[in-house]
Amino acid sequence: MEELSQHIANAIILGSSYAILGIGLTLIFGIMRVVNFTHGELYALGGYAAYMVSTVLGLNFFLGLPVSILVGALVGAAIEFILLRRIRTSDMDTGMLVMIGAGIIILNSIQLIWGGVAKSVNTPFSDVPVVVGPVSVSSLRLFVLVAALVLIAATYFLINRTKLGKAMRATFQDPDVASLMGVNIGVIYTATFAIGSALAAAAGALLGPVFLVTPSMGNMAALKAFAIVILGGLGSIPGATIGGFILAFSEEMGAGYISSGYRDAMGFLIIIMVLLIKPTGLFARSERVG
Amino acid sequence: MKKASLLRILGSTVIVFTAWSTMAAAQSIKIGVIEPLTGAFAASGNYVTNGAKIAAEEINAEGGVLGQKLELIIEDNKSNPTEAAAVAEKLLVSDKVPVLMGAWGSSLTLAVMPKLAEYKVPMLVETSAATKITSLGNPYVFRTAPTSVMEADFFKDKIDAFKLKKVDFLVVNNDWGRGTVDDFKKMFKTKGVTVGLVETIDPAAQDISAQLAKMKSSDADTLFVTAAVEQLTLVFKQAAALGFKKPIITTGGSQNPDQLIAQAGATADGTMHLTTFTPWVPEATAFPALTTKYVEAWAKRGYAFPGVTESFRGYDAIRVIAAAIKGAGKAEPEAIRAALWKVNLDGLVGKITFAKLGPKGAESGQSTPEFRVLKIENGKISVVKN
Repeated sequence: MEELSQHIANAIILGSSYAILGIGLTLIFGIMRVVNFTHGELYALGGYAAYMVSTVLGLNFFLGLPVSILVGALVGAAIEFILLRRIRTSDMDTGMLVMIGAGIIILNSIQLIWGGVAKSVNTPFSDVPVVVGPVSVSSLRLFVLVAALVLIAATYFLINRTKLGKAMRATFQDPDVASLMGVNIGVIYTATFAIGSALAAAAGALLGPVFLVTPSMGNMAALKAFAIVILGGLGSIPGATIGGFILAFSEEMGAGYISSGYRDAMGFLIIIMVLLIKPTGLFARSERVG
Repeated sequence: MKKASLLRILGSTVIVFTAWSTMAAAQSIKIGVIEPLTGAFAASGNYVTNGAKIAAEEINAEGGVLGQKLELIIEDNKSNPTEAAAVAEKLLVSDKVPVLMGAWGSSLTLAVMPKLAEYKVPMLVETSAATKITSLGNPYVFRTAPTSVMEADFFKDKIDAFKLKKVDFLVVNNDWGRGTVDDFKKMFKTKGVTVGLVETIDPAAQDISAQLAKMKSSDADTLFVTAAVEQLTLVFKQAAALGFKKPIITTGGSQNPDQLIAQAGATADGTMHLTTFTPWVPEATAFPALTTKYVEAWAKRGYAFPGVTESFRGYDAIRVIAAAIKGAGKAEPEAIRAALWKVNLDGLVGKITFAKLGPKGAESGQSTPEFRVLKIENGKISVVKN
C-alpha cells in the first residue's frame, strides 16, 4: 500500500510537467497544424538555460524558470518567423521536414556548445526528502509540481480569458474566417509557436534539475509530448492536461507493477491504443475538414 | 588571369594536395577508435578517447612504432549499437585500419564483433564487461577490461565482509547489465546468498523512482547497481529522495566517483564501488610510478581529474596495440592478431597478458586486471581494505 501511494505521488508530480509539455505541443499542433519536431529540442534548451543560470552563472535558481520561458519564446518565435512563415502555403509534409531539420540543428548546436557530458543543475533544495506518512518526496519535486500547476493555470487563463487567447481560439476553429474578422493570422501564428515553445522550455527547466541535463533529453520528451497530444486530442488544453497525467500514471504504475524496463514504452502503448480505439483523442473538438 | 591557367593552377594544387596527404597518411599506422562521443554514454566515451590520444601522443613523441607515427581514426558510435556497426564498417572498408579499439559499451562491442570476423581485423576491447564478448568464440577479440564473471569471482570471498545475505539488483537493460546479473546470480547461488528483486533501467531513462520505490520496500539487505555514471547519479539522487537507506554497491567499472560526488553530492555518501584503477591512491595501484606519470600527463593537457578513472582504459589499450604492432613487425591485421597473444605489458591496471577464453579453436584473448573496492564518505574517496 505504501508503495502504491509513493507511485501515485510520483505520478502526480511528473504528470504536471508532462501536462505543460503536452499543452505546448497541442497548441502548435492544433492551431497551426504543424508537426513540431523541434518541441523536444526546445525542452532541452529550457533545461540548458536553467543549467546556465543556476550552475554556470551562479544566479538564483528560481530565475532559471523565467529565463527558460523567455529563451523558449524567443527561439520559438524565431523558428516561426524565419522558417515556417515562408512555407505556410505548402503542405504538411514540407512543414514536417523543415521542423525535423530545425530540430537537428538545435540538437547539434546544443552538443557543440555544451558537449555530450550530462550536466546537473544546482538547486537550493536539500537532498533530504519531505516525508508524509509512507510517501517520500524531494522538496525540488514539490516545487516542480507547484510551478507546473501555476503555469497550467496561467496558460488556461491566457487562452480563455484574454483577447490574444480569443484570437488564437478563433484561428484554431477556422483561420480563413478569423482572418476575415480582422485577426492578424501571422501574429497569431508567431505567438502560438512562441507560447508553445516557451512551455516546452519551461518543462525542460523544471525537469532538468530533477534528472540531468543532456543534449538528447529532448528525444524522449518529444515522443511523450506527441503521445499526450494524441491522447488528449488536437488543440485541446484540458485534453493535454489530463493526457499528461494519464501518461505519468501509466508510466509509474506500468514501471512499478508490470515491468520497469518498459517504462518509457508506456507512452507508445498509449498512442497505439488511442489510435485503435478513439483516433481523435479523448477530448477531440469537432474539426472542420478541408 | 586567364580562365584556363587559373583552372590549371587550381587543378594542380588539388592533385598535389591529395598526393601530399595520401603520402602523409601512408607514413602513419592507423588505429580505428570506436567510442560513444555523443548520446547516453558520451561522458565516458570522451574520457576513454582522450586517454587513447595521450597514449598515441606519448608513443609518437618517442618515435612512433616501426618508424611510423600512430594515427588514431576516431569515430562516434553515438551510444547506439546500429551506429557502432556502421562506423566499424566505415573504418574497416574505407579507412582500412589494421586494428581497432572499442566500442565502450557491451552492446556496442557485440554489434561490432561480427564485422571483425568478416574483415578479419582484431579489436582491443577496453571497457565492455559482458562475459560473452570473449566467450562466444570470436578470435579477433582481445579484452583488457574485466568480465562480469571476474567481478562476481572477486565478491565470492567478500560475502562475509560485506554481510551479504539477500541482495537486489538494479541494472541497465542491455548486455552489460543483464550479463552482470546472470554472472552474479550463479556465483551467489554457490555461496547461499539469495537474489531478490532484479529490476532494469532503460539505457536512456532518467526517472528510476518506480524501480527504487520497489527496492525500498523489499527485504534484501544490499542493493547492487550496474549502470553508467549518469544513471548512477540519478539512482543515488532519487534513492535519497525516496528515503532509501540500504547499502549500495556498484559494479561495472564505469562509476567515475569524482563525477558522482560532484553531481550526486551527499546522496553518494556511503556508496561502494567495484573498480580496477584507483588514481586517488597511487600506492594502491599495480604500478604506482606509472599511475603518477599518467595522472600528471592527464592534468598537463588541461583535462579535469575525474576523467582519469575511465580514460586509463584508452591509455592502456593503445599501448597494448602499439606493443602488438611492434611485435608483429608490420601493420597488418593478421600479424597484429598473432602478436597480441604474445603481449606482456605493465598497464595501469596491472600486468596485461592475454589468456585464451572461449570455445577451442576460436578463443578470444582475455586479460585479468586487479580489483579494488572504493567507498565514498563525506565527499571523499577511500580504498576499502580487507
